[in-house]
Amino acid sequence: MSERIGVYVCHCGTNIAGTVDVVDVANWAAEKLKHQGVVIAREYKFMCSSLGQELIEKDIKELGLTRVVVAACSPHLHEKTFRTAAKNAGLNPYLVELASIREQVSWVHTDKAVATAKSKAVVSGAVSRVIENVALDEIKVPINANTLVVGGGIAGIQSALEIANAGFHVYLVEREPSIGGHMAQFDKTFPTLDCSACILTPRMVEAGTHPNITLMTYSEVVNVSGYIGNFNVTIKQKARRVKTDLCTGCGICQEKCPKKVIDNVYEAGLGYRKAVYTPFAQAVPNFPVMDVENCIYFKNGKCKACEKFCPTEAIDFTQQDELMDVQVGNIILATGYDLFDATRIPQYGYGKLPNVFTSLEFERMCNAAGPTEGKIVLRDMKTAPKTVVVVHCVGSRDENYNKYCSGICCMQSLKFAHLVMERTGAEVYNCYIDIRTPFKDYEEFYKRVLEEGGHFIRGKVAEITDAARLPEEEGKLIVQVEDTLIGKQRRIPADMVILAAGLEPRHDAKEVGKLFGIACGTSGWYTERHPKLDPVATMTEGIYIVGCVQGPKDIPASVAQGAAASARVLGKIFQKEVALEPIKASINQETCSGCRICNGLCPFNAIAFIADDMVSEINPALCQGCGTCVAACPAGAISGTGFSDGQIMAQIDGLLFRNLEPVEA
Amino acid sequence: MTEQFEPTIIGFTCNWCSYRAADLAGTARMKYAPNVRLIRLMCSGRLDPTFVLRALSSGADGVMITGCHPGECHYIEQNYKALRRYLLLQRVLKGLGIEPERVKLVWASAAEGARFASETTAFVEEIRKLGPLNWGKPVAELGNLQEEISKLEEVRA
Amino acid sequence: MKQYAYYPGCSLESLATSYNLSTLEVAQKLGVDLKEIKDWNCCGATAYFPVDELLAYTLVARNLALAEKEGFGEFVAPCSACYKNAYFTNAYLKKDPDLAEHINYALEADNLHVNGTMKIRHLIEVFIEDVGLEEIGKKITHPLKGLRVAPYYGCQLLRPRKDHENVENPQFFESLLSALGAEPVDYPSKTRCCGGSLIVTNRKAALDMVHILLQDAVNRKADVIATTCPMCNVNLEVYQSQVNREFGTQFSIPVMYFTQLMGVALGIKPGKLGIGKELVSGEPVLAFAY
Repeated sequence: MSERIGVYVCHCGTNIAGTVDVVDVANWAAEKLKHQGVVIAREYKFMCSSLGQELIEKDIKELGLTRVVVAACSPHLHEKTFRTAAKNAGLNPYLVELASIREQVSWVHTDKAVATAKSKAVVSGAVSRVIENVALDEIKVPINANTLVVGGGIAGIQSALEIANAGFHVYLVEREPSIGGHMAQFDKTFPTLDCSACILTPRMVEAGTHPNITLMTYSEVVNVSGYIGNFNVTIKQKARRVKTDLCTGCGICQEKCPKKVIDNVYEAGLGYRKAVYTPFAQAVPNFPVMDVENCIYFKNGKCKACEKFCPTEAIDFTQQDELMDVQVGNIILATGYDLFDATRIPQYGYGKLPNVFTSLEFERMCNAAGPTEGKIVLRDMKTAPKTVVVVHCVGSRDENYNKYCSGICCMQSLKFAHLVMERTGAEVYNCYIDIRTPFKDYEEFYKRVLEEGGHFIRGKVAEITDAARLPEEEGKLIVQVEDTLIGKQRRIPADMVILAAGLEPRHDAKEVGKLFGIACGTSGWYTERHPKLDPVATMTEGIYIVGCVQGPKDIPASVAQGAAASARVLGKIFQKEVALEPIKASINQETCSGCRICNGLCPFNAIAFIADDMVSEINPALCQGCGTCVAACPAGAISGTGFSDGQIMAQIDGLLFRNLEPVEA
Repeated sequence: MTEQFEPTIIGFTCNWCSYRAADLAGTARMKYAPNVRLIRLMCSGRLDPTFVLRALSSGADGVMITGCHPGECHYIEQNYKALRRYLLLQRVLKGLGIEPERVKLVWASAAEGARFASETTAFVEEIRKLGPLNWGKPVAELGNLQEEISKLEEVRA
Repeated sequence: MKQYAYYPGCSLESLATSYNLSTLEVAQKLGVDLKEIKDWNCCGATAYFPVDELLAYTLVARNLALAEKEGFGEFVAPCSACYKNAYFTNAYLKKDPDLAEHINYALEADNLHVNGTMKIRHLIEVFIEDVGLEEIGKKITHPLKGLRVAPYYGCQLLRPRKDHENVENPQFFESLLSALGAEPVDYPSKTRCCGGSLIVTNRKAALDMVHILLQDAVNRKADVIATTCPMCNVNLEVYQSQVNREFGTQFSIPVMYFTQLMGVALGIKPGKLGIGKELVSGEPVLAFAY
């Protein structure tokens, strides 16, 4: 018995109707596809409107339609809309097919005759295909109420706290010995000039002591498997070599440790730490870690001062890394950014000329708990500078390095200018391309720095050198820059230069992304589901990205994203179960010969071989519906719902049904 | 004046990257040749080589296979399988006497709408130069059988 | 042993004969077989390209075609301008079939055809990469101990970008000088332009640039500036007195080709290296020869 198909062609105002003769297409479908089962073909101005949807619902009920084709915009926009309409009328939603005649016809072709002819082919393809569709039901799986947050910076902490405060359990995993992220390194935050640690540490403590948060610092995720609602994550807890149940955080081990190491992480290379250390005084948790690469005992078996002096016998040289498996329903990635490596721009002299600093080094310098106790001084740790130049856009907005704008450096540079003037009374020059101060109170901050006497030179710095040419340049750093507003080259003799280095994705972002099945965009930041309307979700259900890992942003935006992802996760948790798309593959064990060609093709390990029966089997929960095994099976024993061989072959035939009609370019 | 040959091409796109690239080309109103009719698959890995042969034997003059760039597949690495199949398919086509250039593989990420449009237009021109495939033509319709055979031999050469 | 197509360039036959002499002496000493291309022509240096690009490319391409015809695989030029011209002509004719067609159309008249198969090298690269610093070190008999040398790369050796990794702060010239036993000086202006042919067309601008180079070398207490290009050498040496007049300075720093320094360190007699012909006496370097 043939199906009863309804075809609906949308005008989309003039978006489609302006180029495609929609009436002609509808009439054509009614006439030429009648033999395939088309019983009604309508055209309507806006199919996605409630009236449009009602049309479909009415026809399903009154005409007993068994299949629906809607020729309109991209299925990525309204497939769900029309499937829901069908469902409301009692027709299985998977018996609805969308034919894209907007994005793929009316918007990309100009000749009306050609566009109309192509639309007919597209509709013909959809009608042929929908006949082969089968009714499918969404697969409901329960959601594990636990959540994993990877990254303990401000965004990750925000996410964790929101979910924990709502009453649900969170695993907060952080690679460094303490949470806090980059924000813990800053001195003051713009535009309010709040002390960064003062606003951050209460949150850190809250996260560290919250009954619903399991804090796992000095840990990394090493494996992820599963799917939304049911992820299985393996976390490696690196050996601190300190027994955290005995350690009181007294700090004697650090004090007594004889080995000083340059701290390249927290102090940005400006200061030192010991081989056994806590990264900073307000570290959460306040347990030290042992850096075995620099520890004297691990090098030559001597010392052990920390163990000797520890009052609670908490030092354990034999401690090993531990692996732990956790089950979570959702994962939030908040792993932050790395600073652009300024040595990549040799003409700026960073690394060669001592008094050229990066932004993070300067933050540490300004910080009262930092290596200079908050004094702004040169590399010799004592001389105050009289002239400071802040160079904007180092490694950002640059065809040679990163094309994008790092977003926060203008405000950061203005903040530096303000701090330098306030603390040293030095002359400050900001060399910029544009001043980007878009958000609340940012522009006002810029004005303030101008009024305080900051000098601004619009020009990208060409070179920073110590090669003096004039007597007044002797012993100084010369910043060569074109002042484009006055049209002259300038050489500014400075004592200190601060490079506003750009933000880059973490150096291992791609590998970490692969662990979670997340893709990186062209600049290396993780790809969000929709750049405008869905910035915290990813293409993978159950995995969210918040903070700078999605792109450079300031603290308020990171916090907002952290909270947004938590809301999503909580929403999912409250629903208790999640509906999975029934696009899955399944093996007909009668036809399966046990050749096992399919086994190795699945990246999700969804295909298992049952040795006893000599056949393979697919776990629908793990299957993501890519269809690779369907295509590969030489016996044709694997079928894929939603994209079956029957459906696709039919669509090919349908699309070519009118291929004899001359199509003029 | 002779009517210009308008090729008919079937394009297979993957739901996550290349289909979105085609959508992006649409949203940005980029214009490209209308000769391609697209089929959406979830992944380029779904592409069964028999689909290509079905398309060619049903009247298509060319087939375009598109997917995510290697390393960026939504299903991790399935586009590599599509690549392997494509390479083998090229050899099969040659053996059948069909110009392997009639089937083209293009990687396009969701952001590459412009690329999708330009690759499509370029491919249409390539097929136009190759001429119609006429696979499905029944023998009875062939005017001069000898001529058809010599044409095939030319291709094989 | 590999034979290189040697392209001396016009300057080495006239103003820079000492570069040519020292190159051939050092090459022989190190076992580098340089065979001069028969009937080579001028490369147009920096002057011709702004006049007519196509003709300029063709002029350079003729030399490449000659080298190809004689069966060479590598084309070596001691002059940075010749090197740059050859490098880019070779690269562009491979990338642009239209350009190649035009060039070959002209070359046909001389029964020549260029395919772009040459590998283009600067002389200094051949010594550093193909011979190797270790090999060179072994053959040093008169190490230039304590001689402070400013390694002047010049601009065309590195810019526009060719195959070199680091163009803002390269170190290969310094490595070579260290291998000779000398003390390379930290010379920030080492890749700055010397003014090139501006010395003829806009004397004042060029002198300004030369002044910066000389001042920097003197500030860094260099005993001698080593060059890799005849134009750079001429600008820095011949116009030193003019710079002094213009800027009231009293520069008197010798400017010598790197091959001359190599030659002295390898124990070759200074006379054979063309030393003794300079305007600013090469005395500091001569001291090492005996």
